[in-house]
Amino acid sequence: MSKMSDFMGWVDHRIPLTATFEKHMSKYYAPKNFNFWYFFGVFAFLMLANQILTGVWLTMSFTPTAEEAFASVEYIMRDVEMGWLIRYMHSTGASFFFIVIYMHMFRGLMYGSYQKPRELIWIFGMAIYLMLMAEAFMGYVLPWGQMSYWGAQVIISLFSAIPIVGDDLVTWIKGDFLISGITLNRFFALHVIALPLVIVALVFLHIVALHEVGSNNPDGVDIKKYKDEEGRPLDGVPFHPYYTVHDLVGIVVFLFVFCFVIFFWPEGNGYFLEHANFEEANGLKTPAHIAPVWYFGAYYTILRVVPDKLFGVILMGAAIAILFVLPWLDRSPVKSWRYKGWISRINLVVFALFFVLLTWLGTQPATGIYAKLGMVGTVVYFGWFITLPFISAKEKTKPVPERVTG
Amino acid sequence: MSNDGVNTGRRRFLIATTAVGGGIGAVGVAVPFVKSWNPSEKAKAAGAPAKADIGKVEPGSMIVVEWRGKPVYVVRRTDEVIGLLEGLADELKDPNNTVTSQQPAYANNIFRSRKEDLVVIEGVCTHLGCAPKYFPEVKPQAFQENWKGGFYCPCHGSRFDLSGRVLKGSPAGKNLRIPPYSYVDENTLIIGVDEENA
Repeated sequence: MSKMSDFMGWVDHRIPLTATFEKHMSKYYAPKNFNFWYFFGVFAFLMLANQILTGVWLTMSFTPTAEEAFASVEYIMRDVEMGWLIRYMHSTGASFFFIVIYMHMFRGLMYGSYQKPRELIWIFGMAIYLMLMAEAFMGYVLPWGQMSYWGAQVIISLFSAIPIVGDDLVTWIKGDFLISGITLNRFFALHVIALPLVIVALVFLHIVALHEVGSNNPDGVDIKKYKDEEGRPLDGVPFHPYYTVHDLVGIVVFLFVFCFVIFFWPEGNGYFLEHANFEEANGLKTPAHIAPVWYFGAYYTILRVVPDKLFGVILMGAAIAILFVLPWLDRSPVKSWRYKGWISRINLVVFALFFVLLTWLGTQPATGIYAKLGMVGTVVYFGWFITLPFISAKEKTKPVPERVTG
Repeated sequence: MSNDGVNTGRRRFLIATTAVGGGIGAVGVAVPFVKSWNPSEKAKAAGAPAKADIGKVEPGSMIVVEWRGKPVYVVRRTDEVIGLLEGLADELKDPNNTVTSQQPAYANNIFRSRKEDLVVIEGVCTHLGCAPKYFPEVKPQAFQENWKGGFYCPCHGSRFDLSGRVLKGSPAGKNLRIPPYSYVDENTLIIGVDEENA
C-alpha cells in the first residue's frame, strides 16, 4: 500500500469521496453516441463558473448606490487594472450563458430528453432558466444606465397588473415610490448572494436527478437495457476519462469563440450591451427606443402583442409557464425526433425559427409589419404547445433501434 | 395498533401540533424580513412639494418638473386643442375620469385641470411606467393617422390626449395621473399641495 492509498482509505472512512467520484464520474456510464449538441450542458457549467468568478471580482470595485454605481462601472472599465476584461467576461458572458442555455434546451426538444423518466430533470432545468432570467435582469440594473433604469421600471411595473394588490406590491419590490438607490442596493444583494445560491442549488438537483436516471442520447434509446456480465451498459462509456477529455476539446473551441467576442466585439452591436446604457440613468426621460437585452426578446414581444396590460402580462407568464409542463404535453411513444413523424420534425424546426424571430422582434420597435409578425409568432409559439399532445399521440413513428446507432 | 406500547394516535397528534407550531413561528420570523422591504422612513420623507415658474410656458409648450423623483408635465394648451378635447369621447377608454384615484376632485372635468389652458400631468405611463413623449401638433403621426395632439409612450405605444386621457387601442388602461397641485400666485405652481395658497 502506497502512502496515497493509505491517505485515501483514511478519507473514505470519513467521507465517501471515492464512492462519490465513481458514482458521478468514473463509473457513471454515459451513452457513447453523444453528438455536438451534448457539449452545451458542460458549456453551461463553464459559464456559471465564469459568472461567479468574474462576479466576485466585480463586487470588489463596484459601488451599489444611485450616486456612484454608474461611475464605479466606468472606474472598473478605465482605472482598475484588467477591469475591462473582467467586466466584459461578465457582461458578454451573460449573453453567452443564454446562447448556451438555449442550445441546451433545443437539444432537449430534439431528442425528447424531457420525457419519462426525465421530467424532473427538465423541471429543475426550467427553474434554473427562470432564476437565470431574474439574475440577468437584476444584474442589468446594476450599472445604472438609462436602459438599466427604464428596463427595471417596465419589468417591475408588470406586477402592477395584478388586481388589487398590484400597486402596493410594486412599491414593496422597489422599496420606494420610484426606482431609486434603494432598489439598486437590494437588487445588488439579490444578484450577488441570494439568486446565485438558489441557482447553484438547482444545478446540483438537476445533475443529481440526471445521474439517477442516466443521460438520454440522440437516439432516445435506453442504454441500460443491454448490459455486459458486470452490469455495465454495452452502449455506455465511463464519463471519466472519456467524456471529460472529449469535453475539454469542446471547451477549448468554445473559449476561442468566447475570447474572440470579448476582445473584438464585446458589446455585440448593442445586443450584449445596449447603447442607451452608456448614458447614466435619468428618471425624467425615457430613451426613444427601449428594448430588453436580446435573451428576453421573445417574451417581451409576446407581452407587447396584446393591447391590454393584464392580459399581456398573463400571456407572457403563460409563455414561460407552459415550458414547465412540456413533459406531459408530448405523448409520443418515442423520444428522439429521429424516429418521430415528419410533422413533428417540421413543427419543431418552425417553432425554433419563430422563437428566434420573436427574440429578434423584441429588440425592435413594435410598429407596422413588426407588430403583425409578433402576432403571428405568438400564435405559432403557443400553437406548437397546444397541438403537440394531438400530433404526438396520433402520428406514425418509426421503429426505434434496440441499440444506439453510430 | 399499539406495538411496544406506542400510541400512534398521540404520536401523530404531537407531530402535527409541533409542525403547526413551527409553521406559525416561521411565519412570525418572516415578518421582519418582508417588512424591511417597505419604503423606509427616509424614502417616505423625500416627498417634498415642488415649485415651478409657469410664467414663461407659452401656449403649445411644455416644461418638465421633478416631483418625488417623477417627471411632472406642465403644458399650456392652445385654444385649438382645448376646443378638440370635448369631441374626443368616442376615441377614449375613460372619457369621464371614472377612476377617482387618477385625479383630485378639482381636476375631474374634461380638461382635467384647475384652469382650462394649463394642465399638470404625471409623466408616468399607466401601462408600465415609461415617460410618454409630447406630440402637441394636430397632424398625422407614424403611430396614428388622425392625431389630435397628446402623448405617445415610446415603450409600448400607449397614446393619451392633451388631458392625459388614454386612447382606445392602447395597452395602458387608466388615464395618466394628475398630481395634487395648486397656484401660489399667477405665475407659480406648487406640485404636491392640494390647497390654494397653502
